[in-house]
Amino acid sequence: MTQWIDACATDDIDAEDLIRFDHAGATYAIYHSPDGKFYATAGKCTHEDVHLSDGLVMDHMIECPKHNGQFDYRTGEAKRAPVCINLKTYPVKVEGDRVFIQVA
Amino acid sequence: MAKRDYSLLGPDGARAVETGLAAAEWYHTEVPRKVMKELMQRSNAPAIRDTLLLYGLMIAFAGIGIYLWPSWYSAPFWLAYGVLYGSASDSRWHEASHGTAFKTPWMNNAVYEIASFMIMRNSATWRWSHARHHTDTYIVGRDPEIAIMRPPAFFKLILAFVGIPDVIAFFPRMLYNAFVGPTAEEKTFVPQSEWHKVVRVARISTLIYAATIALAVYLQSILPLMVIGLPRMYGAWHHIMTGLLQHGGLADNVIDHRLNSRTVYMNPISRFIYWNMNYHIEHHMFPMVPYHALPRLHEIIKNDLPAPNRSITEAFAEMWPALKRQLAYEDYFLKRELPPTAKPYREDFHVAALGQTTAAAE
Repeated sequence: MTQWIDACATDDIDAEDLIRFDHAGATYAIYHSPDGKFYATAGKCTHEDVHLSDGLVMDHMIECPKHNGQFDYRTGEAKRAPVCINLKTYPVKVEGDRVFIQVA
Repeated sequence: MAKRDYSLLGPDGARAVETGLAAAEWYHTEVPRKVMKELMQRSNAPAIRDTLLLYGLMIAFAGIGIYLWPSWYSAPFWLAYGVLYGSASDSRWHEASHGTAFKTPWMNNAVYEIASFMIMRNSATWRWSHARHHTDTYIVGRDPEIAIMRPPAFFKLILAFVGIPDVIAFFPRMLYNAFVGPTAEEKTFVPQSEWHKVVRVARISTLIYAATIALAVYLQSILPLMVIGLPRMYGAWHHIMTGLLQHGGLADNVIDHRLNSRTVYMNPISRFIYWNMNYHIEHHMFPMVPYHALPRLHEIIKNDLPAPNRSITEAFAEMWPALKRQLAYEDYFLKRELPPTAKPYREDFHVAALGQTTAAAE
């Protein structure tokens, strides 16, 4: 069953940045893109067990802090080695000043 | 401790996986997010400047060397060209493999391919090898880039200053990769989806070396090999000198880069050749910080790190005796004192390495 989870306030994340969000034993990454939109993905790199929240957001890419693998956080697509497996993405909605993500 | 087995297919690697030493979470100095974001920002300008300077100097030195050939007056120019070819290519390969040298991806890739060829590394294989080096830095049986194994093979280390072990290892491997594919060990860290790239790169390298040798035979001169191939030997000394200092004599099987990596202050010429990798603890702790921002990162976190060595000479004076002691006592390593401002080493994280040794506080 899917549910919308209140993850953070819109101003908790600077533009072109991300934060880590943990919920029910899972970890997520929530992004604020340069064009003002919000996105959510799994919180850890698919290459190794590293939190993406310490990584660098460049436009619509998130770069893993350990090996510099890159994903397009809008689609989760792996874009630069050593990542080969796409990142899981989650639907996001903004209501007022709150950011919600839909998790299973 | 039992004798170390550095094979990636051996028992030490398997034990590192079982005990959680492999792919572990490493110690990081705390740096505010805003500061780290600023440090991680990419820029093309410093790397374009340095790359134009590097390739410009190489063309100039090689051109003068060819013009003066076969006079001995050409020797200094070949020596200078050789260091740029056989040593600066190591740092360019390294920084471009991280994708941090330039902001523009194709520029990183172009420099990476050229530098990989010059330093005689298969660009497809080594991209993955280096990822493992950062995951499992100096974890025995996991890290494929351990430069000084224990006990140290001094004769081989000295030969490395003129590239002999690397070159001897490279050509059979290049031919194997070109005609058979990745080796069994390479298959442990290169994903299957990338194996065809290993083969393609090896075939291109084989063609270039075959053409160079054919030209040398045709001209009845080693001059073509002075430009391509041989500088990997006569110019290797600088990257071996700086590379050995990265981790030499320090701990293995730990998960704190302050214990297994070394920062050394160096002269500006060496820093240009080495592209600031003398800030090696900083690089391992935060591999996304570009080379040009490492001096700033060093200033920010140095109070949490062991004091850097003040020169290459001082670093060798510290490392070499430790390596000699490892000949007799494999478990010996240098454990450097932290300043009072630093967070202490978590000895409980490193029981296997620290608990069973008589590490010396230097």
